[in-house]
Amino acid sequence: MLVSLHRSLLAAAAICGMLVLNVNCGNTRSVRAAVKPEKDRKSAPEFSLKDAHGRVVKLSDYKGKVVLLNFWATWCGPCKIEIPWFIDFEQKFKDRGFAVLGVSMDEDGWEAVKPYIEKQKVNYRVVVASDEVADLYGGVSSLPTSFVLDRQGKIADVHVGLVSKSVYQNEIEQLLDNKAHVQPDADGGNPVDAGPASGPN
Amino acid sequence: MAAILWMPGLLPGQTNLLTVTPPPKQSVKKNAEFTAKVDVQLRPGYHVNSNTPSDDYLIGLRLTWAASPLDVQQVSYPKPSMEKYDFSEKPISVFSGGFAITTRFRIPAGAAPGMMIVTGKLRYQACSNKECFPPKTIEVKLPVDIVN
Repeated sequence: MLVSLHRSLLAAAAICGMLVLNVNCGNTRSVRAAVKPEKDRKSAPEFSLKDAHGRVVKLSDYKGKVVLLNFWATWCGPCKIEIPWFIDFEQKFKDRGFAVLGVSMDEDGWEAVKPYIEKQKVNYRVVVASDEVADLYGGVSSLPTSFVLDRQGKIADVHVGLVSKSVYQNEIEQLLDNKAHVQPDADGGNPVDAGPASGPN
Repeated sequence: MAAILWMPGLLPGQTNLLTVTPPPKQSVKKNAEFTAKVDVQLRPGYHVNSNTPSDDYLIGLRLTWAASPLDVQQVSYPKPSMEKYDFSEKPISVFSGGFAITTRFRIPAGAAPGMMIVTGKLRYQACSNKECFPPKTIEVKLPVDIVN
């Protein structure tokens, strides 16, 4: 147990060192609106969760798209501020191959989340996290935590805590403009085109 | 391996964000009332929603006591402050810094004398100006010696 924790902390420290230009790990804040170089990006862990309609959503469904993977909760004030920004991004960039995927960390699940996203008129897909998925992304103990993924499903940046709308917008546009670097699938086919329709839940 | 690929949650954490000083032991006679004070201290820069949160979706601070031979008369919270944060369009009702929650107990006339531990649960949800942490519940132990 101790060894495992020690290893985890060492890994965290290593990641912290890798990200020193992007976030201040002691007091995690984004300090610039620039994505990491492609060579430094790691694949976002795959997961499979259900949306409000019970449909299975896999992260890999979004391959070929720039994705804003936003961990949030109904009780999180800073998350609430971001929702209208993400609604705007979804609307504005959807046709260019962009999607927001909200991952709720609410313990009460859909009972809490469904009325909330209806009230906020959320136009992007939302799923409810499992403990396993949260663990894959480091436990996500602080919200909001958002991962900006490139078209290959790699993590181009991560933001823990509230940052400005323009930081996200700049990064999304940067990744959307970088079409030349989209890699084909492993089977040699074309990049997955649309992924799931990211309509309202 | 994937689990340690990325772990922002481990970095800030909420360890020691809120600390509670357990109430001291009380010696109380049967058929009498007493007040127990739970001192709470939050790390600078953080707050918890008050017991009367400003929004239905916010999780308020709440101290509850498990069933025991003691009767809980009233749990009293301090007056919350209304604070404006980067994420709030208007001030919200919060506690920050150090504050105390008091509980008035009554020992029933028929209570058996002797030592007992009354267990309370303090539920809270903490945030800074920029981020929030999941709701958490911590246990509070109140030693009570019932005397004749």
